[in-house]
Amino acid sequence: MHDTVLNTDAATSQGPEVTTMGLTMYRLSTWLKSPRPYLMFIGFAIVLGFWYLAVEVWKLPRFEDMPGLTEVFGEWFNKDPIYGLSVYTPEYYTHIGISLRRIAYAFLLATGLGVPLGLFLGWSKTFREFIFPLFEVLRPIPILAWVPLAIIIFAGSESPVVFLTFLASFFATTLNTMLGVESIDESYSRAASCLGASRWQVFRHVVIPGAMPYIFTGLQISIGVAWFSLVAGEMVSGQFGLGYLINTSYMMVEYPKIIIGMITLGIVGFASSAMVRVLGDYLMQWRVRELALGD
Amino acid sequence: MNTYSPDTVVPGAGARVQEASEIVASNLNKTYGAGPFAKTVIKDCSFTIESNKLTVMIGPSGCGKSTLIQLIAGFESADSGQLTMNGEPIVGPGKDRLVLFQESALFPWMTTYDNIMYGPRARGEGLKEAAEQAEFLLAKVGLEAFRDKYPTQLSGGMQRRAELARAMINKPEVMILDEPFRGLDNMSKELMWEYYATLYEEDRNTNFFVTTDIDEAIFLADRLLIMTNLPTSTRTVIDIDIPRPRKIEDLVHNPRANEIKKEVMTLLHEEAMKSFSGGSKAAADFLDAYSKRAG
Repeated sequence: MHDTVLNTDAATSQGPEVTTMGLTMYRLSTWLKSPRPYLMFIGFAIVLGFWYLAVEVWKLPRFEDMPGLTEVFGEWFNKDPIYGLSVYTPEYYTHIGISLRRIAYAFLLATGLGVPLGLFLGWSKTFREFIFPLFEVLRPIPILAWVPLAIIIFAGSESPVVFLTFLASFFATTLNTMLGVESIDESYSRAASCLGASRWQVFRHVVIPGAMPYIFTGLQISIGVAWFSLVAGEMVSGQFGLGYLINTSYMMVEYPKIIIGMITLGIVGFASSAMVRVLGDYLMQWRVRELALGD
Repeated sequence: MNTYSPDTVVPGAGARVQEASEIVASNLNKTYGAGPFAKTVIKDCSFTIESNKLTVMIGPSGCGKSTLIQLIAGFESADSGQLTMNGEPIVGPGKDRLVLFQESALFPWMTTYDNIMYGPRARGEGLKEAAEQAEFLLAKVGLEAFRDKYPTQLSGGMQRRAELARAMINKPEVMILDEPFRGLDNMSKELMWEYYATLYEEDRNTNFFVTTDIDEAIFLADRLLIMTNLPTSTRTVIDIDIPRPRKIEDLVHNPRANEIKKEVMTLLHEEAMKSFSGGSKAAADFLDAYSKRAG
């Protein structure tokens, strides 16, 4: 009882106790009170407005074949879509679901292999000298250049796409994780070994948490490039998926579906990045709080 | 070697006087680089860190004091010469010699409490007793209310206190402090001197404190080692016979303190001049003229 009173006093003298939930609510309310959401809204309005005017009102020369705003949104939310695809058709969700599944496989595989590899590359100088030059030669090869090889090596239509998606993510994750380990101040590992930690404990208690901010920066990049290479892969190979949807709609001259596919990619891409960010903030609360205080 | 025994950890037992633990350095040499890039940092350096005394080492900045700490802590080894603790050669880091680094080496991803408990937890030793001792130390350094805060939520002075507690919980035979109060503002610095001196006077363990601040050195030291300019060796040893507990005012009013300060300033000035004239005659002339004006 006495203790709680003491702690509360101390906490209020420091400002309110920071909890993750409280922090989120606080941020949401300040965000709504700031001009930021309205500026964001204006930003969207300008682009959509220009699209509408350019295609449907002014009928600008280069825009004549492009589907208009009302046509696309009319089709997207049509219970009986002209081209057979809208939020009311199961096919739409099949495309999203299959793309998401490929992203999930590729991203998890890239994280599962890339993070440990990056940690060891940063941790062991010998290992780095052995692997890193090879890694640096493979990394700049554009994902599109891997497409033919991926199709030759992997059977079927699914695995080449997952492989291509994986590859881009893997390089981003590994490199950032390695940089994360290198960024850790040596005094942390020295302090730990001074306090009696074994080499393995230093790795677990210092190297992994210390590299975490960079790892999550890497995962942010990784999920972004994953969508990029997924669409590239789906345009070449595969039976479903958003990239496939965009490409076949072009071939079949069903232009509104191209735009539906693009906007959908934007939304799911944003949502997946946000999920990675939220997970990172959850795992690195020491950092969130630090930033919250500095706010 | 390892004299730690969980049974001896009793809350409030910080006042026990430890068995003699003495560090002797004789004719140490350390050179970095090789061939034309070789730079001798420590040359023929001998000194003793007497047991149950606070030995302060002062020298011109960049004179290799930190290198000496790396050697004593066991992070690096000397090229030649002898470095022993209680007669045994120092071969690697150990919890009998704990280092407080220049910059805070508290783990940013752990709370104050977890940082303090890190040593006992890493070694898996006497956890129950350590937990009690952690409470005792949190109270002692005045951080009970901040036990669940992360280091970046603490002020500079609090971080240094947390770090003192993290070291003290391990009951090191020798505490090594490398300019621990550097970067604190003058007010916090003086408070930390008084605070640290009180902690030292309570248990009189062997302490080795490195600094470039003359006032800090005179306020804290039992024995003062004055080092030469690069390559480092011991210039003089002065016994600071000002009675404890000392007050900050002593630095101004105590005639003995002033006498020592003049002596130390003269010696350090000579050494600093060497480092200047080593690089540039003009700079040395400037410093000489400046110090005459100031004196």
